Amino acid sequence: MSAQLVQFLLTGLTVGAIYALVALGFAIIYNASHVINFAQGEFVMIGGMATAAFVESGLPLLVAAPLAVGGATLVGIALEKLAVEPARGAPVVTLIIITIGASIFLRGLASLIWDKKIHSVPSFSGETPIRFGGATLLPQTLWVLGATVVTVALLWWFFNRTLTGKAILAVSHNRLAAQLMGISVRRVLLVSFGLSAALGALAGVLIAPISFTTWDVGVMLGLKGFAAAILGGMGSGPGAIVGGLALGLIESLGAGYLSSAYKDVFAFIIILAALIFLPDGLAGRRRATERV
Amino acid sequence: MASPDAAAPPSASSISGTSRRGLLALAAVVALLPLALPNNYTYEIAILVGLNAIVCVGLNLLIGYAGQISLGHAGFFGLGAYGSAILAARYGWPTPLSLAAAVAAVALLAWAIGRPILRLKGHALAMATLGMGIIVSVVIATEDRYTGGPDGMAVPPLGIAGATLAGERAWYWVVGGLLVATVWLAQNLIDSPRGRAWRALHGSEVAAGAIGVDPARHKLSAFVLSAALAAFAGALTAHYAGFITPAKASFLHSIELVTMVVFGGMASTMGAVLGAAVLTTLPQLLTVFKEYEMVMLGAVMMLTMIFMPQGLVPTLGRALAAARGKPR
Amino acid sequence: MLLRAESLARRFGGVHAVQDVSFELAPGMVHAIIGPNGAGKTTLLNLLTGIYLPSEGRVFLGERELTGLPPHRYAAAGIGRTFQNLQIFFNMSALENVMAGRWLHEQVGLASALLRLPRLERAERKCRAEALSLLELVGLARWADAASDAMPYGALKRLEIARALAAGPKMLLLDEPAAGLNPTETHEIDYLIRELARRGITIVLVEHNMKLVMGVSGHVIVLDEGRKLAEGDPRTVSANPRVIEAYLGEETP
Repeated sequence: MSAQLVQFLLTGLTVGAIYALVALGFAIIYNASHVINFAQGEFVMIGGMATAAFVESGLPLLVAAPLAVGGATLVGIALEKLAVEPARGAPVVTLIIITIGASIFLRGLASLIWDKKIHSVPSFSGETPIRFGGATLLPQTLWVLGATVVTVALLWWFFNRTLTGKAILAVSHNRLAAQLMGISVRRVLLVSFGLSAALGALAGVLIAPISFTTWDVGVMLGLKGFAAAILGGMGSGPGAIVGGLALGLIESLGAGYLSSAYKDVFAFIIILAALIFLPDGLAGRRRATERV
Repeated sequence: MASPDAAAPPSASSISGTSRRGLLALAAVVALLPLALPNNYTYEIAILVGLNAIVCVGLNLLIGYAGQISLGHAGFFGLGAYGSAILAARYGWPTPLSLAAAVAAVALLAWAIGRPILRLKGHALAMATLGMGIIVSVVIATEDRYTGGPDGMAVPPLGIAGATLAGERAWYWVVGGLLVATVWLAQNLIDSPRGRAWRALHGSEVAAGAIGVDPARHKLSAFVLSAALAAFAGALTAHYAGFITPAKASFLHSIELVTMVVFGGMASTMGAVLGAAVLTTLPQLLTVFKEYEMVMLGAVMMLTMIFMPQGLVPTLGRALAAARGKPR
Repeated sequence: MLLRAESLARRFGGVHAVQDVSFELAPGMVHAIIGPNGAGKTTLLNLLTGIYLPSEGRVFLGERELTGLPPHRYAAAGIGRTFQNLQIFFNMSALENVMAGRWLHEQVGLASALLRLPRLERAERKCRAEALSLLELVGLARWADAASDAMPYGALKRLEIARALAAGPKMLLLDEPAAGLNPTETHEIDYLIRELARRGITIVLVEHNMKLVMGVSGHVIVLDEGRKLAEGDPRTVSANPRVIEAYLGEETP
């Protein structure tokens, strides 16, 4: 395999892992509440920017990163409580506007609290590149991939082995039945939003050392994560991961071999094609036919 | 719900009733507003309101009446603008012709892309329109040989045989007149069998099929019409401003347009106009708080949708009816 | 115009909702399709109106095969229906619901509509008048301008019938028109169905309410677990031991 191809594949997997984490966040929230959280990308931004800000103010990375993720989690919970819960039962368009409004609000807030400059975050374990198959690998890349694998494993454990995780799954399958079984839907929603925010922020912290971070880095990441979630089948966890990785690879290979100017567009072209030819996504949930 | 033997059933404001009043009010406002506009800057805002309102009336037909969604309408706006600009500036076409051609081309594109994507529903449709809009905006920003790239390009003024449409006042009357005409045409359409077919689609797609309405055909017609109106307004905007940038085709602009429609009140043509008016002037008033613009926009979007999910006009309508004591 | 079903079947994954069902529905009569819950009645109705594609079998109206056409083409062929779960256009008034139902007969050109030409005005007045007379027929005249989402459930059931009638169907399929109605409202529906039958409209009734069915229909088809169990006039069918057995344990009328 040519060194160039290996390079593209590695980049693709790295970016893909980030998309996968963002897409997982979309999937979790969608499953619990049937809301598409357009503010998901902003959690990524908060993760990166807050870490950068904490580090710049003197805190060690080991403290800054968890603080940033924790802060984003709180923002996610606040979003659910203040913006989503009051509008429960509203039509799809309304909910979309609310979460888009939230994303614009958070972005504006970020530009006020921090600034509009590009910031960097120190790599977790240094900058010395590693040689792999003729290509160069940043150590941070290993962190991204490793952390994603660990996170996915933890999530699997959470959803399949813990009561809270199973409660979230129950709500996603049938909210009424879950309530009748004594599950607090409100708590499930709060946990879902918090968890998704944490995932997004984690992605932000992981990728910031490689691609820098700035106040509006969340826009494209959020949209592409959304695209990945749809590609994998909206609401499917495994689908989100596959969709994210696929998107990252397509983007990297496309930018490398076809046109780097149109890098951002590959994701959306694939999405359009997927939606037109595979309306339920790669692993989508088949919704039961509407009862008339 | 009213009991079976309620004396007089509550009267819904019949479409014909309010819409004619609304249209007359709009015409009156357009005719009399210049008396209140002190300078060119305020004329400029009025013109921008009018242009946005034209897009919103069209978008409202799609979202509020036919019940679909589009998060990429700025793409059509941008294509109309750049289409006319490129034909006029780079190929020397007379501007009325370039404008007409751009609108026609966008309508054709909307027809072609609408057929497959309108089979989608809900968030899948949202994603498809969003993707389409982003692809358009990236292409516009990247193909700088034609479009001038991220910095935009100059656009010749609208005119024919030497006479050009220039100056705030002339443009004001043109845009004002076009807006009134658009609203009139839209309301006629809504109040016709085709309008009822659209509303039937929105009300219940399966029941619409049961009365013989072909969902695919009618979703497509609403989509193409709203795209054409967006392109028309986009081209006008380009010729008016004398300049066009890719920002006009951006995701943010698409969101602004949808917010105007939803804020004003879906399934209400006057609501669309009002939404455009409020959300175009507000940022202008807030330029003092330039840094706070995003925070305020975001807050406005969230708060209106949480507290006025039906939009401004229907909420006001309900409040007025309640104040008058009608059991609505 | 004869509505004919030929070996209709519909499967959902492993579930055989409808299996090998054939029958003919003659015009000018009231037919009924009955059966216990889960027998496949609504599925069958959806097959007869194009909402479901049959896994097997065919549907004919007269000489013309309708199998595989989309629902709006079934409607255009002359088959109208109401729904078990109300599908009222809640974004329109009662009158507008019925006026919408006249879509198949309102072929006004785009230009006339856009410019509000006299031709359109005339057509609209006529449409309004016809819709009003249909509302009168179903007893909802005073709700004409009311917002449909302000109307009681029983009235909405009748509104759906008026809307379906507006299309001028050759055959009207009613899916549980008496479901959820109190005895007074059920009596009104019964009266309406008889009136429609008297006017020569072919009606196909899917119903649980045995008293309503046996009283008003001339031809009854019994479904059980997706298959046709029995067929004939009401008296014969209600005396059929297999039919009685299928209903054993059900709430008797």
